[in-house]
Amino acid sequence: MTVDVLYFAWVRERIGLPREIVETGAETVAELVDELRVREPRYAAAFEDVSALRVALDQELADFDASLEGVREVAFFPPMTGG
Amino acid sequence: MAEVRVQTESFDAGAELNSFSEAQDGAGAVVSFTGVVRDVAGGLNAMEIEHYPGMTEKAISGIVEHAKSRWPLTGALVIHRYGRLEPGAQIMMVATASAHRLAAFEAAEFLMDYLKSRAPFWKKEVARDGAGWVAAVEADEDALKRW
Repeated sequence: MTVDVLYFAWVRERIGLPREIVETGAETVAELVDELRVREPRYAAAFEDVSALRVALDQELADFDASLEGVREVAFFPPMTGG
Repeated sequence: MAEVRVQTESFDAGAELNSFSEAQDGAGAVVSFTGVVRDVAGGLNAMEIEHYPGMTEKAISGIVEHAKSRWPLTGALVIHRYGRLEPGAQIMMVATASAHRLAAFEAAEFLMDYLKSRAPFWKKEVARDGAGWVAAVEADEDALKRW
């Protein structure tokens, strides 16, 4: 399946892209992270420590063990700092 | 009644507060908070605020609905800016109204705490000696526990 993958803040800067379409066989977010991490050093750098990251599936916050079934948009970003 | 605005443009906090207050039927208390970009360490040129279009409005509306389910509000207003803001610029505003003061104060604080760590905004400080992303602090996450 293909998913839109979005990156924000320093995750975007490390990977060098705001978004991309990813062909994946991953069933969970954690599996998708594992697939991305081995692509290139810039992905490995961005996903080095997932405890420093948050994920949203179709624009709702989710956990890294969440299923990707039916998901169209996955976003990775650091903890939010609004307000 | 709730209004959420995510925008690059500046806003007039006084005018916003006046029109918000006038629209509140039955409110005995209106509370507002305005956040301003400040130069904490000295040498700050600007704050660059990034957000997640699409998710931002949805996340803030969800936070406002949550507040409305907990306190009897006659209305709530959230304005949050993104883009490049200079020190002294207004960055965001929250207003709440209720029949009673305590509900308005508590709902405003609740909104502030949740906006800080549940609305998808990220701040980058661009200073004289370089640029860096503002890190979330544990205290922000802890602040949610009181609700």
